[in-house]
Amino acid sequence: MKKFLTTITTAILSLVLFGCPPKTTETATGTGGTEGEIVVGEYGSLTGAEATFGLSTHNGIMLAMDEINSAGGVNGRKVRVQTEDDQSKAEEAASVVQKLISQNNVVAVLGEVASSNSLAAAPICQANQRPMITPSSTNEKVTQVGDYIFRMCFIDPYQGEAMANYLYKTLKLTKAAVLIDVKSDYSTGLAANFERTFIANGGRIVGKQSYAKGDSDFRAQLTTLKGTAPDVIFVPGYYNDIGQIAIQARDLGMNMPLAGGDGWESPKLIEIGGKALEGCFYSNHYHVDDPSPAVREFVQKYEARFGAKPDSLAALGYDSARVLVDAIKRAGTTEGPKLRDAIAQTKNFSGVTGNITLGPDRNPIGKKLVVLQIQNGQLALKDVVDPAAGGAAPAAAAAGDTSSTGNAPSTATARTN
Amino acid sequence: MQTLLQNLLNGIAAGSIYALIALGYTMVYGILKLINFAHGDVFMIGSFVGFYAGNYLAKHNGDAPSAVNAAIVMLLAMIVCAILGFLNERIAYRPLRNAPRIASLITAIGVSFLLEYGGQFVFGPDPKFFPTLIEKNVINFGGVVTTNYQLIVLGVAIVFMGILQYIVYGTKFGRAMRAVSFNFETASLMGIPTDRVISTTFILGSILAAVAGILYGLSYPKIDPLMGIMPGLKAFVAAVLGGIGNVPGAVVGGLVIGIVEAFVGGSQFSNYRDAIAFIILIVILLFRPSGLFGKYEPEKV
Repeated sequence: MKKFLTTITTAILSLVLFGCPPKTTETATGTGGTEGEIVVGEYGSLTGAEATFGLSTHNGIMLAMDEINSAGGVNGRKVRVQTEDDQSKAEEAASVVQKLISQNNVVAVLGEVASSNSLAAAPICQANQRPMITPSSTNEKVTQVGDYIFRMCFIDPYQGEAMANYLYKTLKLTKAAVLIDVKSDYSTGLAANFERTFIANGGRIVGKQSYAKGDSDFRAQLTTLKGTAPDVIFVPGYYNDIGQIAIQARDLGMNMPLAGGDGWESPKLIEIGGKALEGCFYSNHYHVDDPSPAVREFVQKYEARFGAKPDSLAALGYDSARVLVDAIKRAGTTEGPKLRDAIAQTKNFSGVTGNITLGPDRNPIGKKLVVLQIQNGQLALKDVVDPAAGGAAPAAAAAGDTSSTGNAPSTATARTN
Repeated sequence: MQTLLQNLLNGIAAGSIYALIALGYTMVYGILKLINFAHGDVFMIGSFVGFYAGNYLAKHNGDAPSAVNAAIVMLLAMIVCAILGFLNERIAYRPLRNAPRIASLITAIGVSFLLEYGGQFVFGPDPKFFPTLIEKNVINFGGVVTTNYQLIVLGVAIVFMGILQYIVYGTKFGRAMRAVSFNFETASLMGIPTDRVISTTFILGSILAAVAGILYGLSYPKIDPLMGIMPGLKAFVAAVLGGIGNVPGAVVGGLVIGIVEAFVGGSQFSNYRDAIAFIILIVILLFRPSGLFGKYEPEKV
């Protein structure tokens, strides 16, 4: 009996001593004192099929965080980024975000680029009341997961519409074929939005084929599309497949332009596709040669540190990190619900990719979109869609390699720092 | 009709690469009853050797693509993969020769992961552009378009399959190989150096994988450390389809998979491409459990 009592007492004692403390620590971190560092989680595709997405975003985030820390951090605390690699896989994204929240106890989560991966991780952040900001997932379903999920970029209905308008109204192309990556929420969503507007404009979708991310042979689908004689092929996939698709289309004697969305954005796009991509179009979040001071300053800092030009994913990563830190500062705490409210109230935040004001659906209002064309292995600005300036307005002149021409296509960006 | 011929041609070109990889699976299985899952990754290493060698040669021998450069690159890839195949067998599989077969199978999966993720570490995880070894020309046969690449793939694949066929059925070493595959213990009792035969089989298979890797890099010039997984899997299916352990079966299986993929990919069911390839495999195995060319051997009691 005595032994039994001892066991019980020990059990209760150990529960009290060792069972509770983790909870108290959590509350301590949650209320956000002024001591210790703030840990922000980041998950991204650092390896795998879409590796440059994750690497660029990571560079953008680190650039922002290092600037913030060297300026003294936020609310007297330094910010540390805990980065996890999801290998460009949705199931990995879910498990690394789970780990970031339960083991690293991060206050908020930044990521992903690919919509399927963001969609896998978002419910976990929502359930744990940790705000998540996706820098560049454009599928509209991502922020619909719940009120803790935010985004820094425009959404696919907007992007699909812009491309359909540009191809039909500006370029007067009336017959489009669509080639979709069926494994990607991004690709299927963007294709549907494109088709809707293209048909509404009076155009025809003459052919529709699909592939699965990671395929390397697209000749069969392209052969079928060739038979439908389209003026343009809309391929809303990711950069690593686009190059191959373009090369194989040219091999089959198909010379019409290809067009796509921001999934094309990568330093690897032209490296893989080469000449086959000449004359192709895609929509993007910003143009690296934009003469606006905010972009110039960012490009300069980024090049100095990483020795390469930042793509739009780096710019959005940079913006999301700064928006998050700004919200932490305004909230004065890192507690989930309060931080969430602070992020939701983000208004007129001056970012590299434009002025950021989050709407009630947690998507930014009125973000600019640019249409780029690949010309001589360079990206040339063809069009700017700026809701603030009242819809689509063709760029005055295609911006060349130099920014010295000063042909600012839009002046909607507030340049107050 | 034009589309039909075009798809057939595309299918044969893709299928001959599958066939080259499938030969490696089938030879190793024939001899050791081991599915060498690392084989698809040896193929990847072949591509990467081609990538580095091709870029090096382009820098030092001038930028113009030339047949000599292509031959040197191919040879280098074959040598590196041969060494890799040899070491793989020597270090990972030989110590397990008398262990239960499942142990070597799991080791094979381990070696495969080692090469894939080691590859990501060494080469970097991002996709790379395979250098243009030979000038590409588009050839048009009355509407059916092909490139000289597809013809080269087909030609090189046929030549190497011919060489393999000769080695297996026309040389003394081939006879030893067939004896080992027939009965491992008896062959060693008859004085056949089984270890050496097995090593050489691995080397031969890896050389074919290297050739496939270079041809693949030429046709689909985006390479990355995980590129071996899907072609490896499809080639494995091809080997099973043709009757695993059977050399002509692997070739036919590879071509069948390639052509079926091309036709399904060009139809309205293009998003079921992989599924249909595997359904065909299941159907064939239901009626011919040992594959198209395999011999059905009832278990002896």
